[in-house]
Parts: sequence; structure tokens; C-alpha cells
Amino acid sequence: MNRDYLTCREMVELVTEYLEGVMPPRERVIFEAHLAVCPGCTAYFEQMKQTIRLLGKLPEDSIEPEARDTLLHAFRNWKRTTTGEELV
Amino acid sequence: MAESGQELAETGGTAQADEAQLIAALRAGDEAAFMALVERYHAALLRLALMYVPSRSVAEEVVQETWLAVLQGLARFEGRSSLKTWIFRILTNRAKTRGQREGRTIAFADLATAETSSGETSVDSDQFWPPDHPEWPNIWVSYSRSWGDMPEERLISRETNERIHAAIAALPPLQREVITLRDIEGWSSEEVCNILVITETNQRVLLHRARAKVRRELDQYLNMDRSDI
Ligand SMILES: [Zn+2]
Repeated sequence: MNRDYLTCREMVELVTEYLEGVMPPRERVIFEAHLAVCPGCTAYFEQMKQTIRLLGKLPEDSIEPEARDTLLHAFRNWKRTTTGEELV
Repeated sequence: MAESGQELAETGGTAQADEAQLIAALRAGDEAAFMALVERYHAALLRLALMYVPSRSVAEEVVQETWLAVLQGLARFEGRSSLKTWIFRILTNRAKTRGQREGRTIAFADLATAETSSGETSVDSDQFWPPDHPEWPNIWVSYSRSWGDMPEERLISRETNERIHAAIAALPPLQREVITLRDIEGWSSEEVCNILVITETNQRVLLHRARAKVRRELDQYLNMDRSDI
């Protein structure tokens, strides 16, 4: 990037790159300088961070009881076979 | 690389020590340890399998086989990757093979290209003044309203969660998978790139587009009844 500024239109596309910590140092400085003076981008940036926070609070999918029972069974079988072999 | 759990505990920090302990417990036939692993990863395995195979019943079979392969392979597991990466790699290998046999071939690299190359933008274009505007080129027409003043109960309410889930469900498949693994299940970008076999850059673009759409949906929902700006 040869320019020493970013437009708001560009800023919104760079939020994840910034948050992932993979932005080149010079661009990072420019990004932060824009953020410091632009209420529109600050609002957008805050909403993205809130979005990530709320996603992190969602419960993860969980296993269904039948699948759980099947696997418990499979595990017990496996254990019986392997320990059986060791004992013989 | 340290060989024993003891050494790992001293040199590698607690995460590695926990992992070594878990592997030892699994090898010793610890039922609780295995079932904890099943609880933690089963749903994610099933979701990933569904990306490769055509039906839920086939996906369930593949996950079932994966767990059996994990049990059978534990004795040979050398810890060159994390247990998690190892388990998910067994899954994707099996799911790929099975998907091909069922006549479904899916190249994530191609999907990634498709899902990252279209010209979609994080924010609707008309939210900014046009590039040739004399005073405010590419600057916001109006600002989004912050959610910072909203009560936390509203932000984490069941209704809000439903909105988030709906927004995620509407995403293209790879964007959906990446945001789920990264932001809901807390995987690192390295783990995601590894398992989905996509580049770091594609992963980041997919994640960004997915987050941008969830944000837009949330903003529409949360600010729907607040037109008083
Ligand atoms: Zn701005």
C-alpha cells in the first residue's frame, strides 16, 4: 500500500486481518490512526468485536444420546478385547 | 520432543501435560476419559463429515468408524500432531474416501476460491458515499449504532442466539464451517487450515465474510426498534 490512509470502505474489510494480528506493521499504524478519529469505523469495529464475543458464548453442538450409547458400547467392547489379549 | 508425561509437564506447559495425561488414560482404557473426548468432538466430527458425504446416515457411519479407528490407533499414536488434529484427520480421510465412493467429490480449495472470489462486501455499498463524492469519498453515510448500551441479557437472549444461528445457517458451507470452528468452538486458525486444507489467507477471508454477515444480521435485529438516531 503506497497511500498513508485507508478509506472507511477499506477499513471494514480489514477488521479480521487486524484482529488476527497478521497486518503488516505500517498498515496497522494507519488502521489504528483511522480508527482513532472515525466514529463510523469505531462503531463497526466494536460491533464486530461484540459479534465475535457473542459467538464465543453460544453453546457448542452436543452429541445425541443414542450415538453416545453406541460409542460407550463400542468402547467397552474394545476394552474387553484389548485387555483380554493382554491377560492371555 | 519430550517422551513422557512427566517431562511434558515440566517443559511443555499444562496443555501438553493434560494431553499426555489424557492419552495415557485412554490407552489404559479409562471410560470417562474416552466419553469426555466423545462429548467434546462428536458433534463437530459429524458436522465436518456432512461436508463430504451426501447424507446424515452416511456421516454418522463415518464418525462411528472414526472413533473405532481412534481406539485402534491409540497404541500407535506418536503425538506428532495434537490428539485433536489426529482425530479430525482420521475423520476427513475417511469421509473423503467415502464421499468419493458415493460419487460426491468436493475440493475445499475450489470451494474456498468460489466463496472468497465473489465481489461481496462486508457492508452494503450504499452505506458509504460514492468514491467520486467531492467531500466524503468512501466515507460512511451514517454510523451504525453501538450495542454497547444494551443490557447483556438482551445480547445473550435466546432470541438473539436464534438470530445468530439463522445467520450462520444461511452462510455458504465453508464460511459456515470456518466461523463455527473459529468463533464458536475456539479452534486456532492453524488448526482450521490444517483440517480443511485451505490457505491461511482463504481462511481469513472466509472468516471475515462470515463474521460480517452475522454482524449485519445482529445489527438489523438489535437496532430494529431503535430508529431514533
Ligand atoms: Zn472510517
